Amino acid sequence: MRLPNFPQPLARVLRRLPALPASASLVALLNLVAWKSLKDLDWAPLRGRRFCVHLRDTGLRAYFSVSRHGFVTEVNEQADVTFTATTEDFARLALRVDDPDTLFFNRRLLIEGNTDLGLRVKNMLDAVELETVMQHLPAALSRVVANVRLKAQQREIAGAH
Amino acid sequence: MLPEPLLELICPAGSLPALKAAVDHGADGVYLGLKDNTNARNFSGLNFDEKSLAEGIRYAQAKGRKVLMALNTYPQPATLSRWHAAVDKATELGVDAVILADPGLMAYANRTHPDLRLHLSVQGSATSYEAVNFYRERFGIRRAVLPRVLSLPQVENVIRNTEAEIELFGFGGLCVMVEGRCLLSSYACGDSPNTFGACSPGHAVRWQQTDKGMETRLNGILIDRYADNEKAGYPTLCKGRFEVQGDTYYALEEPTSLNTLEMLPEMHRLGVAAIKIEGRQRSPAYVAQVTQVWRAAIDAVKKSAATFAVQPAWHAQLDKISEGSMHTLGAYYRPWK
Repeated sequence: MRLPNFPQPLARVLRRLPALPASASLVALLNLVAWKSLKDLDWAPLRGRRFCVHLRDTGLRAYFSVSRHGFVTEVNEQADVTFTATTEDFARLALRVDDPDTLFFNRRLLIEGNTDLGLRVKNMLDAVELETVMQHLPAALSRVVANVRLKAQQREIAGAH
Repeated sequence: MLPEPLLELICPAGSLPALKAAVDHGADGVYLGLKDNTNARNFSGLNFDEKSLAEGIRYAQAKGRKVLMALNTYPQPATLSRWHAAVDKATELGVDAVILADPGLMAYANRTHPDLRLHLSVQGSATSYEAVNFYRERFGIRRAVLPRVLSLPQVENVIRNTEAEIELFGFGGLCVMVEGRCLLSSYACGDSPNTFGACSPGHAVRWQQTDKGMETRLNGILIDRYADNEKAGYPTLCKGRFEVQGDTYYALEEPTSLNTLEMLPEMHRLGVAAIKIEGRQRSPAYVAQVTQVWRAAIDAVKKSAATFAVQPAWHAQLDKISEGSMHTLGAYYRPWK
């Protein structure tokens, strides 16, 4: 499913990921941009659980778990719960432009495996304030993300009118 | 005589960012619950602990908005102290009201904290003014949230015959609407909203993409299978498709969203105290979008109910985030009683 609203430069960058070993790249990216703002969450119930992020548009599957020190690549490529969506839709979720239930109703997000675990992760991430995430990003990246989010939201509103 | 309409906008908050989104986009109040089975949205990772609750109350009240705490499940004898402690905590932290369903808990709240404002939850299933007045006389409830089974003339009849404020659901997911009395989730997975605090809890739900489509199972029971182009609904029994005498269809109800924007002038005329938006399980993005639309609509109706018209953009924005492929006025608009 193509979303004309999503900024193309970022999508193009994301699409280049499959050229690299997928799980390791995603884990490196998550640790770089997100771990600082996520490390204080209550990860205890999720310790030892394995996650898979499946990018529907590229076929890429990244497997990882969460340790005390950050995200860790799962070399066995097995998961307790798998999230499937397009690269763009994952980005829209991360930027809080879309709500996961909306994407689920519209069949743009699929959660397979341990649903309770999937819900827990979704709800934990929802409880993180976007400002906190932005503050922990490198300044240049933070500006880019803020700009992308604003544009996506403006297009949402324009699209509804 | 009909009361002066307050027509407050009460929005859902499953997390602190959702609460802030509601407040920032113009909610008059938010409703929320704790991270346990003392409320009917007891999903993993959702809701508030003491720290986020205190912060949420501070944030909302600093901007003159209210925080209503849902304690709307039915305590069981072995764990009653958890509900009592929650009422005590709500009072200590200064919530504006608690939303209760269980008469025993109302008695406790009323006796222990006489100044605490009590609202009757939709889970209390009071559909007549006699029922509402009973709770008012015995426990001093100040507001009742009516189940989504009444037509507007029936709502009017309740409003005309009680001193309690009346809150109505205005928007969000619909279920079979026997609130507080539904046993479907219990039947399928042994957990019911009344005691466990959630309908179709995550541990009982499985989604799987198969060659035939996406299958939804509840405790192993196949409750729906969606073709690739079909919209999905929440994994509840009431919204499943079942084979009945060789025909497979929505045997109980179709996934649909309640959207009563066009009835706002009538709700305003009737003196409805508040409009409630469903969706504590949803993300901050939903809360922001739905609050924005309803704030604009309520402001418009308060400014001039006579010239109020639903903006097409409001419907467009709400339909996009709704469950099901259509919206409905629910029972509010129907000629029969």
